[in-house]
Amino acid sequence: MNTVSTTHVAAPVRRWQAATEESAWVRRSLIGVALIFLALFLMLPLAVVLYGAFEQGLAVWLAAIVEPDAAAAIRLTLLVVLIAVPVNLIFGLAAAWAVAKFEFPGKSILVTLIDMPFAISPVVVGLMFVILLGNHGPLGQWLIEHGYRVIFSVPGIVLVIVFGTMPFVARELIPLMQEQGSEEEESSLTLGASGWRTFWHVTLPNVKWGVIYGVILCNARAMGEFGAVAVVSGRIRGETNTVPLHIEVLYNEYQFTAAFAVASLLAALAVVTIVVKSLIEWRDEQRRLAAVEGEQ
Amino acid sequence: MSIEIDNVSRRFGDFAAVDNVSLSLPQGELTALLGPSGSGKTTLLRIIAGLERPDHGTVKFHGEDTTDVHVSDRGVGFVFQHYALFKHMTVFENVAYGLKVKPRRVRPNQAEIHRRVKKLLELVQLDWTAHRYPSQLSGGQRQRIALARALAVEPKVLLLDEPFGALDAKVRAELRRWLRRLHDEIHVTSVFVTHDQEEALEVSDRVVVMNHGRVEQEGSPREVYDHPANPFVYGFLGQVNLFRGRVSGGWAEIGGVRLPAPEHRDVSDAGAVAYIRPHDIELVEEEITGEGVIRAVVETVSIAGAVLRVELRHGLGDDLLHVEVPRDQPVAQTLQAGQVVYARPKQSRVFLQ
Repeated sequence: MNTVSTTHVAAPVRRWQAATEESAWVRRSLIGVALIFLALFLMLPLAVVLYGAFEQGLAVWLAAIVEPDAAAAIRLTLLVVLIAVPVNLIFGLAAAWAVAKFEFPGKSILVTLIDMPFAISPVVVGLMFVILLGNHGPLGQWLIEHGYRVIFSVPGIVLVIVFGTMPFVARELIPLMQEQGSEEEESSLTLGASGWRTFWHVTLPNVKWGVIYGVILCNARAMGEFGAVAVVSGRIRGETNTVPLHIEVLYNEYQFTAAFAVASLLAALAVVTIVVKSLIEWRDEQRRLAAVEGEQ
Repeated sequence: MSIEIDNVSRRFGDFAAVDNVSLSLPQGELTALLGPSGSGKTTLLRIIAGLERPDHGTVKFHGEDTTDVHVSDRGVGFVFQHYALFKHMTVFENVAYGLKVKPRRVRPNQAEIHRRVKKLLELVQLDWTAHRYPSQLSGGQRQRIALARALAVEPKVLLLDEPFGALDAKVRAELRRWLRRLHDEIHVTSVFVTHDQEEALEVSDRVVVMNHGRVEQEGSPREVYDHPANPFVYGFLGQVNLFRGRVSGGWAEIGGVRLPAPEHRDVSDAGAVAYIRPHDIELVEEEITGEGVIRAVVETVSIAGAVLRVELRHGLGDDLLHVEVPRDQPVAQTLQAGQVVYARPKQSRVFLQ
């Protein structure tokens, strides 16, 4: 006969520990999982790229970089970045300023629109511009008649990259500026400063880290963008190939070492930007600490 | 610099934040704009500063219309509740800011800026913080720096928006006494916003009580506290017991209790509310009779500094009667819960309904 025992089922009393702390094995396995994941998915591929790049020595690596087509691709990528990053920086600042400091109809639509480039596949972005500005597009015909070549040329590449990297700075700044409100700006104005001065001396320093971070992300994506550029560039070697396209060309031609060499360049740029960001942060921190110690 | 506000209104959508307010704030006085949240006091202050534009009406500084003058050119000092110090600048740079942004022909030279900032920091007793960042200061210190920064440009009027609102009670009390002394020293026409009646009464020369975007009463702290113009002001300035009843021939009838209402001598049988402040009621242990005497039972007794705070249950209504008894009175020694006492109002005020 089954009886249900209802007595003496007190749970074992657990030893005291800090409320948000877990036992040692939980902590170790969590850290372990994170480290293994990082090693497998981040460090290993990076190591493979570097190994592939330098497998046959520094001379071969250098030759792959200075080869005319590669050099042209690097120059083109730098040119595109030099245009896309400042354009999106200005756009991001303006959009964040508008969203954070003013109330206007259609504000939520604007915020949603800013996210669009992230939602659309890069290939579709490329196609959109080809249809709009290519030979058969209404705008494209007009442009060609007036002697402007956009698609399969540098302007087209710049356009799709500007489009694709548009959200980075704005997305970084909107929450930051909303959180900070406008009291500091109002203070500055009551103290007699002009709007322009207030922007440079109060608003911008307050969002400095957001701007730097947004620019770094924007920069990384602008250099690495593949899909959209592949569609609009026409892939003319030495003319409209950016670095990622050039890497693909080399790879498809079984020039693995050269492909890895150029890829290592992109990877190195990514590492450098992150190091630069940490360095700026570190120096700012040092300056603050020095200011405190100086008076004590 | 006197401030005249003429028929100023400001709406936010359907909400009338400031509703046709006219005020005249005399030169050199410290005025408190007092009211509950949503009463329009902060909006009015921001309109005076030029941070907000009125829909109607004018603001004049010393007789000169400033309604259309840009905030940067108004020459006001504004202090925010949450200090709004520039986080990335040192205390020195914060205070010097207003001097550094002056147009070149009126800008003091480096040495002069240095001298003036130093003097201001001494005035707010924080000269040792010059090289610190705001994040390294306490709330009270930050607010004093904010004040020094506002004073640096020698403003014609000083405007403070809930300046002590974010501070804890002790710092708050200290700082408001300090503000009073500071104002006695520099005598700049000042307006500060507060929802704390004690603060308003203690610090200001003049209190403007606001509610629903309108001015309910203005006058010296004594005037508004002793002679509230209407039930709202009576209720807002300090704790109050209220009794509903009827007024006839100069007397208010509440249950079996009669309170004098001589100002309503000509009224016969109208609804009324009687207001009695807790410190205007006397408690007696022996049975007494009289027109205003309320028989009551002590519910709780608690100590609040120099007074005992007593809550009593009585036959006139469900609300407890609140009484403050000075602790040096004999009756204060023996009061305890459950005891029957007799409450005699020394002063009351009756408003018709």
